Amino acid sequence: MGKINFNNLLPYGDTTEDGAFQLSFTLPVEPSAKAREAATQMVRNWGFFDVKIAHMSKIGVNYSLFVVFARTEKGVDYAKLEVPDLGGEKRSYKEIDRLILANVKRPIRVVGACTGYDAHTVGLDAILNMKGFDGDIGLERYKGFRTVNMGSQVPTEELIERAIKEKADAILLSKVVSQKDIHISDMRDLIVRLKKRGLEEKFILIAGGPRVTHKMALEVGFDAGFTIGARPSDVANFIYEQMIERLDKTETQPAIGKKKSGK
Amino acid sequence: MGYASTIPLSAKKIARCRQIAKSIGAQVADLVKTNSTVGTERAVLRLLGFNEAVPNEQGLLFPVANLITDQVKAHDRLHEGALYWIANAIIATKNDIPKLQERVMALEVDVGTLAPQDPKQVKSLAQRLAKESFQKLIQSRKDRNQTAKKLKDPVKEKRPLKYVIVATGNIFEDVTQAKSAVLDGADVIAVIRSTAQSLLDYVPQGTTTEGFGGTYATQANFRVMRQALDEVGKEVNRYIRLTNYCSGLCMSEIAALGALEGLDCLLNDAMYGILFRDINMRRTLIDQHFSRLICSKSGIWIMTGEDNYMKTTDAAESGDQVLASQFINEVAALNAGMAKNQMSIGHAMEMDPNYEKVILMEIARAQMTRQIFPEAPLKYMCNTKYKSGDIFTSHAIDTIFNLIGSMTNQGVILLGMLTEAVHTPFLQDRSVSIRNANYVVGGAVGLGDEFGYRSDGVIAKFAQKVLDDAVKLLEKIDDMGIYKAIEKRTFADVSRTIDGGKGADGVFQVERGRYLNPFFELMGSKI
Repeated sequence: MGKINFNNLLPYGDTTEDGAFQLSFTLPVEPSAKAREAATQMVRNWGFFDVKIAHMSKIGVNYSLFVVFARTEKGVDYAKLEVPDLGGEKRSYKEIDRLILANVKRPIRVVGACTGYDAHTVGLDAILNMKGFDGDIGLERYKGFRTVNMGSQVPTEELIERAIKEKADAILLSKVVSQKDIHISDMRDLIVRLKKRGLEEKFILIAGGPRVTHKMALEVGFDAGFTIGARPSDVANFIYEQMIERLDKTETQPAIGKKKSGK
Repeated sequence: MGYASTIPLSAKKIARCRQIAKSIGAQVADLVKTNSTVGTERAVLRLLGFNEAVPNEQGLLFPVANLITDQVKAHDRLHEGALYWIANAIIATKNDIPKLQERVMALEVDVGTLAPQDPKQVKSLAQRLAKESFQKLIQSRKDRNQTAKKLKDPVKEKRPLKYVIVATGNIFEDVTQAKSAVLDGADVIAVIRSTAQSLLDYVPQGTTTEGFGGTYATQANFRVMRQALDEVGKEVNRYIRLTNYCSGLCMSEIAALGALEGLDCLLNDAMYGILFRDINMRRTLIDQHFSRLICSKSGIWIMTGEDNYMKTTDAAESGDQVLASQFINEVAALNAGMAKNQMSIGHAMEMDPNYEKVILMEIARAQMTRQIFPEAPLKYMCNTKYKSGDIFTSHAIDTIFNLIGSMTNQGVILLGMLTEAVHTPFLQDRSVSIRNANYVVGGAVGLGDEFGYRSDGVIAKFAQKVLDDAVKLLEKIDDMGIYKAIEKRTFADVSRTIDGGKGADGVFQVERGRYLNPFFELMGSKI
């Protein structure tokens, strides 16, 4: 293995620092020499070089599928990157369930929703519903959780009301649509409304979505942000650990500002 | 030890399952006999031709079928059936159906308040109206058969139909994607509905260009897609089947609209609504019967949703509940007079790919289902539960799915998408998926006939155990009653109660001797 430059970290194809990529996309034109050239130039426009059109074929009437290999020199200064980590141990569903029953001694109450105009419940459902995601079962299935999945297009205020009514320990906000950063403003909306009512410390606040990062969620005022690939057990474990942290705190030093995780 | 072309399964046990399922079906039949729902009444109105809509206070289009049902209900007349009061209105106003619809839309006529006419005359007119509408339905089936006959029908080839979804939210974008899929090799196009449309207690109106995770099922959208598939079907000389979803609060209504617009298949399963959409069980079981009557006489295949149970349970262990539910679904379809070759009974390949011998177990399940329902064009769904963002592994799983579907002669294979866990499929995702299926399905034609199953092998043992467990489970369900069984988490690990769930207020008792729904008889209901 060659020496890795952490100040300009690059993808690895088959040689250190070759910066190799594989891409695939569809162009809304029929395959032709011109289409091939268009794909080549387009990939170059994206900052790649050494562009190889490995495959071009027809899809349907007048579309073409491309598989392209290309390289880049534009890396990232990995050494300087600071990304808060969600940390925590990886635990299985059974283990988390056992820990909750042993240490929290009651089911943790969770209310989740997609607020605003967002009707994409795929992320929320993956975490909350029984089915779960990639074989990792959802929180609904845990004995240690009592879940309410409010579904899509829930007004923020209704989510708060429901969380109060259910005496929720945690609120899950799922944001898939991110046009014009609507996911961020809807996340802020929840924090602002909670603050107005003095409730921001009351719940463990978790956001999730393809364009949500843990870092961004912390900045907005959430306790955690989960993105694509997060499993129900990751979320369950985080909630459990937060619960324990909070229970410890109420036992030793009641009612002070909550500590953010990962800091 | 010997080998045979099929898995040795006890014919006696299979017959026993059918016998118990019949008894369970009778429990539902009792419910259907004495009750109706607002959804069923609206479906009657749909069949009669009340398919327009008026803008409501919020500016949304509100269907005339709902308007009339509400009028009749508001004046406590619904227990005699919507048709009775339509016939009454026609006699009272001397309008025909189009004129009456127009005047209801203009709010000039309230079907609920018109003076009652001579019941004898009303009844005889109602019979005639139903008969005419029924004839229209039969005609529309004949027309469809004519179209199909002019083209090659992939059902006649010895291979599974390739089924793909489109789900852009915009029916016109869906058309582009559907046509592309057909040109790539798809045989069945399913237009996924907008998220949670199953919970709407009305059918949206007109062509729609915005939806969430899917496109609204509307009569106009059905028509747009039907026309597009007929066009592209002609181009490729293949009859292309169109399917949509009717489980939900408008189960029978969507069946009516689907029948009028020439749909070939409908996802149709009350259990799906009960378990996964929390729809009241009485409501949707009653609606299911009418929707299946309509499908039955319109030549529409019903597709059942047992594959969903496998997503919430361990599919290696839940084979018994899937099989039990399939038998119950079969009886419900038979009670609607449906032919066995219209029952696209559902199941799936949903076991954990990390299990050792998982492929053997999946072959066992698929082959067993094939043998138990020999005439059914089985609906076989690819793995979704163990799909992740790792699109490469996902694609490998789909390949094995296509192979198992081919070698066990499934009727329809619901092709997996490599991006299943990421987004609704891109055009290229669907294309790559169809290319995979073209290769495997084409390459494996007749594969199943070349090999036998060991009589004492892993596959035989697995299948036999599922059947044994299914007998026991069906006995248990029959003992406690289907409603209690659902409450006790028999299916999909979900509990629902008889009075719980959405749409319960839309169920009403019918007045014996006065309630009119001649479609039951015309369509050959066995209930």
